[in-house]
Amino acid sequence: DKIRALDPMLKKRDDFEDMLEERRNSSDLRYALRCYTPVLYKGLAPCKASMLKSMVLQSDQLHHVIGQVSRETGRAADDVQEEASAILEEMAHCLQLSTVRFFAFTLSKVFKTLFRSICVNEEGIQRLQQAIQEHPVVLLPSHRSYMDFLLMSYILYTYDIALPVIAAGMDFMGMKFVGEMLRMSGAFFIRRSFGGDKLYWSVFSEYVKTMLKNGFAPVEFFLEGTRSRTSKSLTPKLGLLNIVMDPYLKGEVYDINVVPVSISYERILEEALYAREMLGVPKPKESTSGLFKARKVLSEDYGSIHVYFGQPVSVRSLAQGRVNRCQFNLVPRHIPRRPSEEIQSFVNDSAYRLVRAQEENMVLKPWVLLASLLLQNHHQDQTAGQKRGMVLEELTAQAVWLRDMFREYGAFLHWPVVLLDICVGGQVKPGEPHSTVTPEEELLSQAVIVLSCASYRNQGLHVFLRPALLASAINAASSNLKQEVFNSFSFLRNMFSNEFILCPGATVQDFEEACYLLVKTGALQVTQQELLVTERGQRTVAFLTSMLDPFLQGYQVVCRFLCEEATENLTEKQFVPAVRKFIIKHLLAGRLRYTEVLSSDLQKNSLAALLRLGAVQKIKGRIKLSKVTYSSVFLLRTCVNLTYNC
Amino acid sequence: PTTDCFPSYLRNYLICKILEKRGGELKMSFPEIMKWNGWGYSDSKFLFNKKGQAEFTGKRYRLSGMIIPGLKDWMEGTFGANLQHKTPATVSPATLNKAFLEELKSTGIPFSHDAEDRVFRAHGHCLHEIFALREGKFGRVPDMVVWPNCHNDVVKIVELACKHNVCVIPYGGGTSVSSALECPPEETRSIVSLDTSQMNRILWIDEKNLTAHVEAGIVGQDLERLLNESGYCTGHEPDSMEFSSLGGWVATRASGMKKNIYGNIEDLVIHIRMVTPRGVIEKSCQGPRMSTGPDIHHFIMGSEGTLGVVTEVTMKIRPMPEYQKYGSVVFPNFEQGVACLREVAKQRCAPASIRLMDNEQFKFGHALKPQVSSIFTSFLDGLKTFYITKFKGFDPNRLCVATLLFEGDREKVLQHEKQVYDIAAKFGGLAAGEDNGQRGYMLTFVIAYLRDLGMDYYVIGESFETSVPWDRVLDICRNVKARIIQECKDKGVQFPPLSTCRVTQTYDTGACVYFYFAFNYRGLSDPVHVYEQVEHAAREEILANGGSLSHHHGVGKLRKEWMRDTVSNVGVGMLKSVKDYVDPDNIFGNRNLL
Repeated sequence: DKIRALDPMLKKRDDFEDMLEERRNSSDLRYALRCYTPVLYKGLAPCKASMLKSMVLQSDQLHHVIGQVSRETGRAADDVQEEASAILEEMAHCLQLSTVRFFAFTLSKVFKTLFRSICVNEEGIQRLQQAIQEHPVVLLPSHRSYMDFLLMSYILYTYDIALPVIAAGMDFMGMKFVGEMLRMSGAFFIRRSFGGDKLYWSVFSEYVKTMLKNGFAPVEFFLEGTRSRTSKSLTPKLGLLNIVMDPYLKGEVYDINVVPVSISYERILEEALYAREMLGVPKPKESTSGLFKARKVLSEDYGSIHVYFGQPVSVRSLAQGRVNRCQFNLVPRHIPRRPSEEIQSFVNDSAYRLVRAQEENMVLKPWVLLASLLLQNHHQDQTAGQKRGMVLEELTAQAVWLRDMFREYGAFLHWPVVLLDICVGGQVKPGEPHSTVTPEEELLSQAVIVLSCASYRNQGLHVFLRPALLASAINAASSNLKQEVFNSFSFLRNMFSNEFILCPGATVQDFEEACYLLVKTGALQVTQQELLVTERGQRTVAFLTSMLDPFLQGYQVVCRFLCEEATENLTEKQFVPAVRKFIIKHLLAGRLRYTEVLSSDLQKNSLAALLRLGAVQKIKGRIKLSKVTYSSVFLLRTCVNLTYNC
Repeated sequence: PTTDCFPSYLRNYLICKILEKRGGELKMSFPEIMKWNGWGYSDSKFLFNKKGQAEFTGKRYRLSGMIIPGLKDWMEGTFGANLQHKTPATVSPATLNKAFLEELKSTGIPFSHDAEDRVFRAHGHCLHEIFALREGKFGRVPDMVVWPNCHNDVVKIVELACKHNVCVIPYGGGTSVSSALECPPEETRSIVSLDTSQMNRILWIDEKNLTAHVEAGIVGQDLERLLNESGYCTGHEPDSMEFSSLGGWVATRASGMKKNIYGNIEDLVIHIRMVTPRGVIEKSCQGPRMSTGPDIHHFIMGSEGTLGVVTEVTMKIRPMPEYQKYGSVVFPNFEQGVACLREVAKQRCAPASIRLMDNEQFKFGHALKPQVSSIFTSFLDGLKTFYITKFKGFDPNRLCVATLLFEGDREKVLQHEKQVYDIAAKFGGLAAGEDNGQRGYMLTFVIAYLRDLGMDYYVIGESFETSVPWDRVLDICRNVKARIIQECKDKGVQFPPLSTCRVTQTYDTGACVYFYFAFNYRGLSDPVHVYEQVEHAAREEILANGGSLSHHHGVGKLRKEWMRDTVSNVGVGMLKSVKDYVDPDNIFGNRNLL
């Protein structure tokens, strides 16, 4: 069993079916108008969207909070009640089958133009259907594109499965018409931040819980909170997960099924936008007219999409032996309370587990491998001051080597039978930017290409993450002693836990997993005391180390920036522009190897890590080095040294 | 529970008859009248006749002598039980231990070390105990049985036990369902079962204060019958009242069906006398309430035989009720039913008894309906069903039934009845007649017999209870039933189990819920172990859903492991220190509770 847990190769995966194929061969209109009769939750008390609202407004929890707010602010209870009602009005979805049918029709047209295929694992759909009947269901898709939730609803409609209600960010409400359309197709809208607003929180959580408990519809939301701009999974947000687990923990339902869904795009619609955004071009505000302007994307080829519905996870079995549900026995359940530490850590671990479940079933295309190889080659070229690119045969050979490694590490690879029908005149390298005026502009436009390339590479990072951390740790450690390597592994892992999906507290498991994989592939020998890289393991270890190199350099440069340039008055807002300026200066001077470190995502993550580790402090919105403690200075220095070593 | 259910003179008569001298030793046993390896009277049991129809034998119950046509189909449908298979039952001889014999002879108190007597007192009525008996396997049994005749006899026995370091386990009616009567296997001393059945007299009745002073060995139905002769009753009617004893009620904090009028045992007792290794504990007066520090009665009630033997009890009595009326209400679903009970409790107008059965239990009750006597009755039944399901639109797979019992003077009963039916109507409840109500109560007495029939056909089952705040009632019912079904599936039970519940008592702030659970164990190598795992999981589910460890069955040894979580470390420490003071040598070594 332990082997099975460690060895991803042993995980079984379902086959895919292309759901667009039927769309290409039969009438879209008939499809949009066909009889739709999904199976429902067995305990469902049938109710309409409007009834949901009154259930929420009459709930004990909301009554309690309204009373509390009214006492605290001195406002009349009726007044607060009205506010609650308005919040709900702004938030609530009004799922209508006719709108769904409209979307089914138009999306069929759009999808057929944009994508070659939309592949779905039908066994996963069957499991989902079963799960919906048994217990309330929460759908957790990965989030890479605005397309995600339209796509989800489209698939569920196609397979005759209950349509989900979807938690969406308020930004869509800016697009008046579209916002209302989305609302009618099941989206409900939440404000991005409502920190201290008790009433808002109460209406929101009660609304979600009511839908879930009654089995009204599967509840769908994005664990990552926002679209990942880098194609790496984001650290999960816990707010909504806390809410949906609450009915189980309080015994209001017997169990809840959580279904992770992995959506892999061959090419993301927002690809170029993301790269610009991370380089400092602000994100355009969502607007209907903007949407129409974006219609030029329709003429491009975005390849295929793979959607994998994972194994439903029972919250009951997750909580087994972890949460003592008796903690809710002594206070009425409708009085909102901060989750206990036990529950916080349970929800946090579950969230990481679920994101990893999403990652595991992400389908990787050959481009992921090619992008990784090309980027590494590009960096080597840059160091050597050359611009030669790679010979196609060499790239092919390396790609095959890398493919085998991916497979051994259990990646979900889709390798075409006929390899690479592209034919580039002899040499392949990341695209050449158009000629521009200043060197800085040239640098930035090249960075757009590198970041886009990196986002392809990042799709496969999770496969290598643990072995790569180990490889870097072996390089950084002063000896081969197991304990030494473990210490440096542990340091690196801790430092990168804002960057990658690394569950807090699982260092030992991750170390074991990494050792297991490297030993299995013959790259490492583990003795009682030592870890030794084998002869044939050199290449693997070199590859793995250079996978992490750009990230290490990114963290290093942020550290150097903070040590050398950070003034007393650096605010959080100023941080990204300032560090960007610093990096551009060094890049232009040729002192930095990786253009990738220009990514604001990387910079923010490293700042967050340094804050978490206590090397930097935030005082009144200003970022300061923690000079008070010796350990934090030491930490910073280790961080810098370590990255130099690598 | 009208008196016609309990021809209890039989029991007393037989107890006298079976006292006979054999080979210089006094021998006393029940086998002729009581089953030794099953519930209740020997002549009352379910069986399938030659035509394959179920029959309930004997003459003791309303159901006795009747054909029950629906039972076979229900059993086959519910459990997949095939009535062709039958389990043979055998019993193994027990080993004798005569350590206490010589010391006791001089006192003249009757005793026995006959195997049957000892085995009979080595168990309660937990499933595993009965199953073991039927399979002929039994662990540690008492080494002898003594029958004290009065308080002073008990004092002598306990003194001797202390002097010779003998373990004493008090035995009343033997209806425990908490493994409380099981002898601890690690006990190396001689174990004496102290049977209180001969201490069964009403010593006096005080009509001015409405109290009666009674010996603790008296059995429920005898106590009621004897008091009835003087025009009184205690009104304490636990489901086991045919066999359970007054002392047992006190030792386990028992609850009676009609507690809404008469109260639970703690409301009924005025004075308790208990013999402990330290001496006799009792209060000095019979005042109705005292402020004299913590009530020492509360150390005794629920002590489960770990501190001593209750010998005499003064109880409240009431004049017999003038009028009794059964009733029943059908609700469209369980949720509405619970909402109605909650409202009844809120308005504090609960009848003597009000119970709400869930849909599965309603169907089970239906299967136990006796053969109808005429075409006319059958036609009428059909009409009722039609009215409820078609005309009123109740879903037969969701509806549930509440049974009611009203008691008091005629006028008030009728008024009360109207009030309750009016509340029920607000929750969609329809009055469903007296007959259904009465059958519902009868069921609780015969259901224990049904378990014995089940075991003949590879079906094992048990009931357990809890108490829970009102806002948790629906959640706990749903979750515990679902947990039972899931655990059975996970443990390899091949047929869907019976998993059902009823809300059986109402209080101001919550309710008592009873769960029944049974499954067909064909294909399982160790059914009792599976059964125990499922019951254990069900109890964990109860606790996780805010339910109590027990409402009235007690803790015994079956639920001991949860005591610390239930009453906190300090709580356990307090109970331990009482035990250490009262019984430092662990003479009352049944190891219940702590």
